[in-house]
Amino acid sequence: MNHFDIKSAISGININAEWIGLREVRESTTYRVIRDGKPQANSKDTTHGVMVEVLSNGQFGYYGTHQLTRSAIQKAAEKALKQANIASKYSLHHFTDKVRPIAKGKYISSYSQDLNTYSAGDLNNLLLKAYDKLKLSDKIVSAFSLFRFVESEMKYVSSNGSDVEQKLLIISSDFSATAQDGIITQTRTDGGLMANSHQVGMETINEDEILQNAEKVSKQAIELLTAEECPTGKLPIVLSPDQMLIQIHESVGHATELDRILGDERNYAGWSFVREKDFGNLQYGSKLMNITFDPTIEHQHASYNFDDGGMKATKEYIIKDGVLLRPQGGMESQVRSGMQGVANFRASSWNRAPIDRMANLNLEPGESSFDEIISSIEKGVYMESNRSWSIDDYRNKFQFGCEYGKLIENGKFTKAVKNPNYRAITIPFWNNLKMVGNKDTFKMYGTPYCGKGEPNQAIRVGHASPVCLFEDIEVFGGV
Amino acid sequence: MKKLFNKISDALLNQISKDEHLKISFSGENSQFIRFSKSKIRQTGLVDEVSISLELIHQNKTCSGGITVTSDEKSDIANVQQELQRLRKEVVHLPEDPYIVLPEDTGSSEEEHKGNLLPIEDAVNALTPAMQGVDLSGIWASGKIFIGNANSAGQKHWFSTETFSLDYSLITSDEKMVKTTFAGSEWNQKDYETTMADSIKKLRMMEQPAKKLKPGNYRTYIAPAGVADILGMFSWNGISEASIQQGQSAFGKMRNENAKLSPLFGLSEDFRKGLVPRFNGNGEIAPEQLSLIENCNLENTLVSTRTAKEYEKKSNNAGEGESLRSPIMKTGTLDKKDIFQKLDTGIYLSNLHYLNWSDNIGGRITGMTRYACFWVENGEIVAPIETMRFDDSLYNFFGENLEEVDNVAKLNLDVETYEGRALGGVVCPGILLKSFSLTL
Repeated sequence: MNHFDIKSAISGININAEWIGLREVRESTTYRVIRDGKPQANSKDTTHGVMVEVLSNGQFGYYGTHQLTRSAIQKAAEKALKQANIASKYSLHHFTDKVRPIAKGKYISSYSQDLNTYSAGDLNNLLLKAYDKLKLSDKIVSAFSLFRFVESEMKYVSSNGSDVEQKLLIISSDFSATAQDGIITQTRTDGGLMANSHQVGMETINEDEILQNAEKVSKQAIELLTAEECPTGKLPIVLSPDQMLIQIHESVGHATELDRILGDERNYAGWSFVREKDFGNLQYGSKLMNITFDPTIEHQHASYNFDDGGMKATKEYIIKDGVLLRPQGGMESQVRSGMQGVANFRASSWNRAPIDRMANLNLEPGESSFDEIISSIEKGVYMESNRSWSIDDYRNKFQFGCEYGKLIENGKFTKAVKNPNYRAITIPFWNNLKMVGNKDTFKMYGTPYCGKGEPNQAIRVGHASPVCLFEDIEVFGGV
Repeated sequence: MKKLFNKISDALLNQISKDEHLKISFSGENSQFIRFSKSKIRQTGLVDEVSISLELIHQNKTCSGGITVTSDEKSDIANVQQELQRLRKEVVHLPEDPYIVLPEDTGSSEEEHKGNLLPIEDAVNALTPAMQGVDLSGIWASGKIFIGNANSAGQKHWFSTETFSLDYSLITSDEKMVKTTFAGSEWNQKDYETTMADSIKKLRMMEQPAKKLKPGNYRTYIAPAGVADILGMFSWNGISEASIQQGQSAFGKMRNENAKLSPLFGLSEDFRKGLVPRFNGNGEIAPEQLSLIENCNLENTLVSTRTAKEYEKKSNNAGEGESLRSPIMKTGTLDKKDIFQKLDTGIYLSNLHYLNWSDNIGGRITGMTRYACFWVENGEIVAPIETMRFDDSLYNFFGENLEEVDNVAKLNLDVETYEGRALGGVVCPGILLKSFSLTL
């Protein structure tokens, strides 16, 4: 990390504060993109800076700075202190350093081969081969293949003794084909944009698997050109794990973030229908619904050992047997509400203060096999890969669209359907969860683009789920 | 900061050999943020950040790299030179790119908009007293934003501006909300207090029971903030020429199927207000005005030079993403005082929320109503409405269902801060619709 030493920097700070913390982040994001057989991007962007946080008069003040010298950090601490002191006259809550517990430890993503295993040229060649598989016919009017690599290093030290280092290696991939025939256009991707995002190493890049997936994407895009519209009506739907990703994220994840419940987000993404009194009481979904917050899962997209306030990450049930148990709230929200939460006080980078975020939020597997689920349906629609998402500011009324559907008739898949969409309201929807797939149907996905907060922050999250069956859902097709 | 930009870019450009081309983008901000919740301060702080991005072109191959600038000139010059060496090592291993846009010198520019901002130590005491007695949630952002661009052909641009914004929601005890953005470059305490008092007055109108609507089609007025959200969708698989060519655009129907919009709807890019720089990431200067949709037709799309090369079109120097940078929607004849009377019976929507294409190619957009939205009968507000989902096609609401357009356009400033504080906004009027589809 150049010549900047965070421990030396914090020991050199001379201000009269109740608590001081430094969080240094250096993160590089590399894109390799082939679009329509030509290189579209070979970029690497690195951001590096320090967030200086100071607690004074019960109020935190911060200064995110790109200037990495001891004198600049001292000045940043002085200005953060001044901000805290001025603001303390109108503090929402009077905090103590209890909300910054002492944290010590290291975390490194689990992988065996680093990015240097493949050269830029090798990766471009692999993506070109994938493109050749995507461009199966003249009906494919546009296609792209991409890799995204993130190398992130965070160091956190504090005046009460925290000393944390966390290093992540994240690989995302995507393959997309757009097919066109006359006025009909259909796009298929490999699980939804960037849904294949995991903490893994280059050992997971398997050429045969990539080429097979690319070919499947292309074939299904072409298949959709002649597919019927998704039927309209109240039907059972079976959602694949890559659609459950957004279903969990929007209708459970954001709704159970404690800072939203406490009202911090009301001017931006909104509030939540969930209230503090609902924990331990609200039947959020059917008894088959078990949702866990778990940043400890190897290879999942948003795994870590400590959140950015120093709270140790553990697996916790948010919803068990359908009952809402625990909010997703870090130490600040826990102290404000008097409720137990989780280690989810996270910032998108060095230039933003942490807030309550999802990390890995998963639906635990059930007991039904995929065949048992499909064979139980007289008429319904199976849907894969999200392409459209929208939900209201209380996280009640949602509408999602998928890339690919299959009609289920008399317990069997009969034909593909295009433009599958559904809309519902959160609580009745989850209470209509009738079957949950077993471990064989369970898959991990994620997204780098969860947006929230003021100032805005886009952060990575992970969602794993089995295949699920929901009954009596309003389903419809395209224009 | 301009001096540092010049020093770093000069140091880099001096190292470029005859068979190399280099484009340099430089950007940053010095910002104060105060986050309010329940009219108290939830979080407060300052952020200084500067970054530089280099795009190297060598023998029809290209790659790019960006790093954080530390503001220590010596270190920064060493860091960018190291980054240039990394790019040189990488570029030779990449495939050729036939659509590379080589840098050109079409003239340099310099724009510096100085503001009169609240000193950072005064912001809390200037802002907070006026919001006491109500429940406010929102964000204050203030400070300098700067963008530089240089290339190996000799062109250089600089743009800086000083702005502030307080974007806030006022909330009643039964959770109905009013949204306001107070923004500008010249701080005026009296104007701020007047704006806050007006917002509080509007909030009082929300303090009555909400009406629950059934899904269906309603006569609707959408205020400028809501229209701005809809126009924002045009930058996402919309007005981009590349999107149309790649089968991803809602406007493919206008290009390929002769679909028409209402003659009342017009849209153009117009940089005359100077809210955003006219130069793009390549340093290319956009036309001062460019008509996009006029007289029912798609007159122009946004065409970057790369797209122009790839699809043999004429570039209009759009940015790489071909998104709207300074959109202005054409005004109509609807006077503010006549809005409720002409709406007669229907819904008044002040804001929309969480829009997405529900059928991108078909032009259908879904989203939610939000904030001060009312049921109106015989030209009078009857009650706020409960939040509803809409799902309708732009070919309906900017097409045959567009009945009238406001005679005044409003600037809806972009207050997003994901990639740093945004510049500019959408200038648009409100729209009166014969019918608008609410679905849930």
